[in-house]
Amino acid sequence: MTTGSMDNPAPARAGLSIALAGSGGSGVMTAGTLLLAAAAKAGAYGLMVRTSGPQIRGGEAAALVRLSATPAESLDDGFDVLLALDWQNVQRFADEIPLSAASLIVGEAAEGEVPAAFLATGARHVALPMKATAKGIAGSWTNMVALGVAGALAGLPREALAAALRESWKRDEKSYEANLAAIDAGMAAAGKLGAVPSLPALEPKAGRWLISGNEAAGFGAIRGGVRFVAAYPITPATELLEWMAPALAKVGGTLLQAEDELASINMIVGASYAGVPSLTATAGPGLALMTEGIGLAVSAEVPVVVVDVMRGGPSTGIPAKSEQSDLSFAVSGLHGDAPRVVVAPTSITDCVAATQWSVHLAEALQSPVIVLSDQFMGQSRAIVDRPADSGVVGRRLVAEPNAPDFKRYRDTPSGISPMGIPGVPGTAYTADGLEKNELGTPSSGARDHRVQLDKRARKLAKFDYGAAWADVDGEGELAVIAFGSSVGPLREAIARVRASGVKVKLVAMRLLAPALPEKLDEALEGVRQVLVVEQNHGAQFYRYLRAWFDLPGRPESFHRPGPLPFRPAELAEAIVAAAGRISQPRHEAIAS
Amino acid sequence: MNDTATPASVAETGRPAVRTPANYKSATKPIWCPGCGDYSVLSSITKAFSMLALAPEEVVVVSGIGCSSRIPAYTSCYGFHGVHGRALAAGTGVKLARPELTVLVAGGDGDGYSIGGNHFLHACRRNVDLTYVVMDNHVYGMTKGQPSPTTEPDWDSKLAPGGTGVRAFHPLVIALASGANFVARAFSGDPNGTADILAQAIRHPGFSFVEILSPCVTFRPEQRTWKENVHPAPVAETDDPARAARRVMTDDGFNMGVLYAGRRKPYPLGRRADPVGVAELEAEFAA
Amino acid sequence: MSAEREKAQAGAAVAEDRTGAVPQSIPALMAWALWLELDAAERYRELADAMEMHNNREVGALFRKMETIEGKHAESIMHSMEWTSPPPRPRGEAPWPGFEAPENVAHEDVHYLMQPWHALTLALKGEERAVRFFTALANESTVPAVQAAAREMAAEEQEHVDLVRAWLARVPPPDERWRDDPDPPRYLD
Ligand SMILES: Cc1ncc(C[n+]2csc(CCOP(=O)(O)OP(=O)(O)O)c2C)c(N)n1
Ligand code: SF4
Repeated sequence: MTTGSMDNPAPARAGLSIALAGSGGSGVMTAGTLLLAAAAKAGAYGLMVRTSGPQIRGGEAAALVRLSATPAESLDDGFDVLLALDWQNVQRFADEIPLSAASLIVGEAAEGEVPAAFLATGARHVALPMKATAKGIAGSWTNMVALGVAGALAGLPREALAAALRESWKRDEKSYEANLAAIDAGMAAAGKLGAVPSLPALEPKAGRWLISGNEAAGFGAIRGGVRFVAAYPITPATELLEWMAPALAKVGGTLLQAEDELASINMIVGASYAGVPSLTATAGPGLALMTEGIGLAVSAEVPVVVVDVMRGGPSTGIPAKSEQSDLSFAVSGLHGDAPRVVVAPTSITDCVAATQWSVHLAEALQSPVIVLSDQFMGQSRAIVDRPADSGVVGRRLVAEPNAPDFKRYRDTPSGISPMGIPGVPGTAYTADGLEKNELGTPSSGARDHRVQLDKRARKLAKFDYGAAWADVDGEGELAVIAFGSSVGPLREAIARVRASGVKVKLVAMRLLAPALPEKLDEALEGVRQVLVVEQNHGAQFYRYLRAWFDLPGRPESFHRPGPLPFRPAELAEAIVAAAGRISQPRHEAIAS
Repeated sequence: MNDTATPASVAETGRPAVRTPANYKSATKPIWCPGCGDYSVLSSITKAFSMLALAPEEVVVVSGIGCSSRIPAYTSCYGFHGVHGRALAAGTGVKLARPELTVLVAGGDGDGYSIGGNHFLHACRRNVDLTYVVMDNHVYGMTKGQPSPTTEPDWDSKLAPGGTGVRAFHPLVIALASGANFVARAFSGDPNGTADILAQAIRHPGFSFVEILSPCVTFRPEQRTWKENVHPAPVAETDDPARAARRVMTDDGFNMGVLYAGRRKPYPLGRRADPVGVAELEAEFAA
Repeated sequence: MSAEREKAQAGAAVAEDRTGAVPQSIPALMAWALWLELDAAERYRELADAMEMHNNREVGALFRKMETIEGKHAESIMHSMEWTSPPPRPRGEAPWPGFEAPENVAHEDVHYLMQPWHALTLALKGEERAVRFFTALANESTVPAVQAAAREMAAEEQEHVDLVRAWLARVPPPDERWRDDPDPPRYLD
């Protein structure tokens, strides 16, 4: 639909990309949420990304919705429809809502001119009197008329929209009826708009979930056994905490809002030392504050999970927008030689399993695990297949009561030594950030330091991470390596280039640290060239991989900073270009 | 942004430039919700600056993170919008480095009493000559309505369903106990009264703490009625910490005015009047 | 405060419309009158900015218009007094009760979804407070020149009352759902 995808004849995905935009009080987020809920009821997959202006209330906002017959965890290259309830400052989103000549702009008739930035794309504009329509139906809202329009354009059945409305409705029956009538009016009005790509007829499917990455991570943590959380509110991690607060209480756990992140990390280290699997969630600024405490968990060998929902940085940066720029900090940002585990979910769905796995790793390895989620995954909502329960739960090696010859930091072959848990007789020890001997007694001796450094490094390096370390898919001389929310658009880009005959392998890495060179070597069997894809300005992942792994060929990087999400077309273009360079002799010379 | 009356007018007229409060406002428009108390606080601060006839370029407004902490950019003074909770630390640095500047540190109750709580204690006891303004709305506005240290224990929110169950913090008591040299409470809805208190606070030597009740109409709409609760403190200001302590300990949370203006010596500022040259340092190494 | 407000709404000029010393000279009276207008103009400017920032253009434009009107009134006071710049704000207690000048619309009384009806209703209350303030001053004053000037100010404010009331008659009252925002607030920094 946009230039990019036209150049790459892609397998057409049945579905619709629609942006609902408007300013304060227009209710576009609610309309988008209901559209997604209705699509789920109708058997479709989909994704909704939110974007908004700098105001807390009343600001301009857009719900970017993609509906599709097949799983979709990426936005498309552009939008088929832009539906605006008003145009106040909506031009701010011109970059985020790319349109083409094939797109349709539906504007509120009473709200005047379409901003030039949108008209310049050549998109067709139709004005609809949605406000007047809502006025004509006492007790109804304009955004419900818009929902009807959007639903009809997407090809959703009325029952699905009605069911979604019913489920979310908290007011009286009369106003429910009024708003259903508004939806009907919107659906009728959509008839005049001409055709746009829409969903095929679908069967409602049981077992689908509607979930955000933040909820998914919180849920995965509880599945993995987390029962204590201390955290300090921060965008975009707050929803994870707000979801966990009542959920944890229900399963007998505790969540506490700490006074700051220094407190959060130290509280969870304390709680976990006391035997309860613990977690905190934050974003870059909070992670920065936590580093000293994370180092304590490394040294004292206390399992903790720290979810970093990445946002644009550095410093306060771009709080409500996504970027993968905390990677370097997560893999190396602690003082001293401090091995730690870093895990990145590869999709919204995977936030469940990856966080669950992280609890398992933290407990098994008695180590801090940093989960690198990001704003895109965290705050977007998707229709997904119910994530199966991997069954992994956090279980730590605990010393028996009165264990003979108990040494908390015993130098075992695996590097993992049984923990003494307060309350258990005969295994008392003092957890410490000071270097120590095997007994746990502070020591500045050269041998003890060496033994403990080796032990902490060995336990991470020798652990059997199984197949979960990465999702490897396809064959080809070119491999694309990525992590986190880049994987969604990348998968779509790869499907497109494969359809046009380009062979490419995908390595979506879930375990970012410790680095496992043998695993990647194995995955890159037969690969002659590597392209590393990531969303940050400094090519952090590329540099990290080059430091730790022997990558074949002359490794290439495709990176750019946020806040705009990757589009499949730009990635497809980069892959095709990289594949084209493989045959060039220059690479032969270097590779041999 | 510095669209202020320039001191050049001094030369032209022979009189110091008259600066109206508007001269201390920048062209940047606040993102605060309409109705937010912080609008009035901004206006009071500019009024106080104007009353004291401060040159905007000789004032530094320092903040952390939060709705209220957006304030520096809305003034025509030098501004520092630092990181969450560290405003007092940054402001202390500014003042120690440049004692001749007027330093006003401003922010919210979360920024100042929660993540910045420790800095608050030490800023009070250190008693550096600066003014600290907390726009207290008993909530975290910017992150969407979580409880702060001054939130009532039974206030229901998503992150603390049913309330925190934790007693609210009393900033004035803590400030006094920690050694703040000037302790006052003001109300955003009384911009002129607040401006008077701020002017007095800025003039008063040492660490001046002004807690301003400033409603958050979005997450605490019930605070709209604060204007009916506030009342002038029924006592005159005192320099006796014991009397002030009794006063704030029996406080209903709505007493307005200067509750304590002490006589502690401020943290010594300023550099040596007779600095030595670097070369002189070499003397001790001479063999 | 609220009882006082209710009384004020009842329309009669009562003691609650006034406080403090009665200005004893024309310049003293007019200095306060000027500051009353300047305060109101500044407040309307703040409110207009806030509304524009929050995409409520209609009300923003209305507050802007009120800012202009109050500004013009201030100018005419300056002109009649032959002042080239505003005299410094008089020190000490203002002659009006409450925290702010009578015409000021309080920040907490506005809402980002408010409609012209609300804005005009608030403006009308402010103008009415000003009428009652000057009327009470005139009644209390024992200086004939001050009495006359206060009455004149009251008459001018009454013109504003009539003007705003006429506007108010032309805008539709809001329905009970005017402040409904289907979307939740947003997270920032
Ligand atoms: C280290 C860090 N942790 C968390 C945040 C998120 N954050 C931004 S503002 C804020 C609280 C604001 O509350 P308050 O200081 O009371 O100010 P208000 O918004 O109410 O004016 C928080 C938790 C952050 N920016 N940095
Ligand atoms: S959320 Fe509250 S504190 Fe923040 S700007 Fe809005 S009213 Fe003010």
